[in-house]
Amino acid sequence: MKRVGLESSLAIAEAVRLAGVDVVSAYPITPQTHIIERIAQMVADGDLNASYIPVESEHSAMSGCLGAAAMGVRTFTATAGQGLELMHEVLPVASAMRLPVVMAICNRALSSPLSIWGDHSDIMAARDSGWVQMFAENGQQAFDLTLCAFRIAEDVEVLLPTAINIDGFHLSHVIESVLIPEQGEVDKFLPELPRPYVLDPRKPLTMGDFATPELYIEAKKSQDVALRNSKKVILQAWQEFEGVFGRRYSPVETYRADGASVLLLTMGSFSEVAMEAIDRLRESGEKVGLIRLRLWRPFPFEEFRQVASQADLLVVLDRAVSFGGPGPVCSEVQAALYPLSKKPQVAGFIGGLGGRDITTEGFEDMIRNARKKADAGRLGEVEIIGVRE
Amino acid sequence: METLALYVPRLLEKKENFAPGHRACSGCGEALAVRMVMKALGKNVIVVMATGCMEIISTQLPYTSWEVPWIHTLFENTAAVASGVVAGREALTRKGKASSRTKVVAMAGDGATADIGVQALSGALERGHDFTYICFDNEAYMNTGIQRSSATPFGAATTTQPVGKISMGQNTWKKDMPAIAVAHNIPYVATASPSYPFDLMNKVKKARDIEGPAYLHILSVCPTGWRTPSDLSVRIGRLAVETGVFPLYEVENGKYTLNIDPPQLRSVEDYLKLQGRFKHLTPEMIKEIQEKVEAKYAELVEKVLFYDGF
Repeated sequence: MKRVGLESSLAIAEAVRLAGVDVVSAYPITPQTHIIERIAQMVADGDLNASYIPVESEHSAMSGCLGAAAMGVRTFTATAGQGLELMHEVLPVASAMRLPVVMAICNRALSSPLSIWGDHSDIMAARDSGWVQMFAENGQQAFDLTLCAFRIAEDVEVLLPTAINIDGFHLSHVIESVLIPEQGEVDKFLPELPRPYVLDPRKPLTMGDFATPELYIEAKKSQDVALRNSKKVILQAWQEFEGVFGRRYSPVETYRADGASVLLLTMGSFSEVAMEAIDRLRESGEKVGLIRLRLWRPFPFEEFRQVASQADLLVVLDRAVSFGGPGPVCSEVQAALYPLSKKPQVAGFIGGLGGRDITTEGFEDMIRNARKKADAGRLGEVEIIGVRE
Repeated sequence: METLALYVPRLLEKKENFAPGHRACSGCGEALAVRMVMKALGKNVIVVMATGCMEIISTQLPYTSWEVPWIHTLFENTAAVASGVVAGREALTRKGKASSRTKVVAMAGDGATADIGVQALSGALERGHDFTYICFDNEAYMNTGIQRSSATPFGAATTTQPVGKISMGQNTWKKDMPAIAVAHNIPYVATASPSYPFDLMNKVKKARDIEGPAYLHILSVCPTGWRTPSDLSVRIGRLAVETGVFPLYEVENGKYTLNIDPPQLRSVEDYLKLQGRFKHLTPEMIKEIQEKVEAKYAELVEKVLFYDGF
């Protein structure tokens, strides 16, 4: 194992190399990240023995992944922002056909106006695509979760495509300190798993049939059950990961949440800034803590409820707008809390769109603001923060 | 003739890898073409198919007509999925887990090829994957109710370019997909018709055995959409060739060959008059079509002669 300074995008490429990916089908832009460029270089140098398909669009990138994954080989792609939107039609096909493609998404804003900077608009629009979806907060997690994604996606109990989300620019283009393991350790964690349903002339299968109303809903229920059940394997994979590499991951992670009456909820790299805000507020004696949602799909209802139900007030930051509705994460957590008899009030905020920063002070203000709103009984509406009016 | 009729079927592969019992319309030229293609390809293939007639009629859950591995995902991405299957086969071959001789064959209709899927197809041909792409051209979106495509011929009536008080149906000339394939400088491009079974099957075998991308364009008579009697599909397919409307040719590494070259082309009217989709055509329009067909045919003959050294 060695510690290196590595851009998070390159850390993901490094994980792809160590995972011994067989096929990479990718389009490098819309907008560009360094993941694919680095993988192309690895293939060119013979450091990664993979078939790399430089396709002509993201739609074809994901379509190429479908074909390769149907052959039963380890398959990877990466995209961001508009690219994920162009893939949109193909995403639910990957999950419905139980094709374990792994994809890194450098989360970006959506046009218009054109913005190449980060927020969560892209992945929130792909939320219901049936993929396993998780969020990384730093370069090490980006590396670790990429390795875990292969372990989870290809498990015979799961066989579902898996996405690792990292914040565009805030994470994808930032150099971080990353521990890179030896090949032997990775091989121990990531053995080649059996794949029961593949395209093989010796055992012909028909994949991707057409279903009348008599069978469609059965197919959809079995898909939903598969995604919900994947949590068991996700927990097991993270446990195995801890066993080999010593780092621990959970669906819902917390920071100084014990005894907190106010909990802030964030996803992705902004969580690390939020931790500083929590430290400051704790120093001034306030009982605040942080929930960092690691696993977005399948939604970890049980773990989330257990943590969130202790608080009086939950402050949720969304980095995407559901125009005319509540923030997507906020509506999700509210729905998760609603059946509970003892539950916190929820204050929803939207911020950090299109690369706008939220500073430590910004998070402190958000929590104070939420308290004021709660005291005044004005929690009904979502507020977009940091806007120049 | 009688002896020949007894003898010819013996030349054919008996095994039906596209099994009977599917839901194609009676007289479907496309199902007939797929059947011949599958006889020619043999067992060691993986078929990637676009959404369309053939997909719908052959794979309604829980049934399938496919005796070989078959995958369908979406409408416009067939060539891209095939690229992935080829890459997957390569990866398995590197590990000694698959045969490099397994051929990947993409199949799509004219809409999935010339309209919505043309980008993915162009990308896959340009990248040079080792696969065969077959366009089954029935000249409109027939599965969904005869909507026009860019492969619909001039003058044909469709539900989205209908004949009306001020319209005579399709007002554009058929997109020349084989020429677009040729422009990618791929090793093999050919046109074929199930009305000429041996020519078709020989071309399929040629495409299969070539390393690199091959493109086949098969005219598939559609009684439902062309408004033709279902017992005339083979006849109409022959007339398309005999009139020069759909010449049978191949382009091997840029070299053109005409496979069927009638001493004299029949009048296009012989072909048009059997089809309800053309019944509104005026003598002027038929003349316009005749001139266009002759000019295109002359262009093709010119290319053949050029490569023959004339």
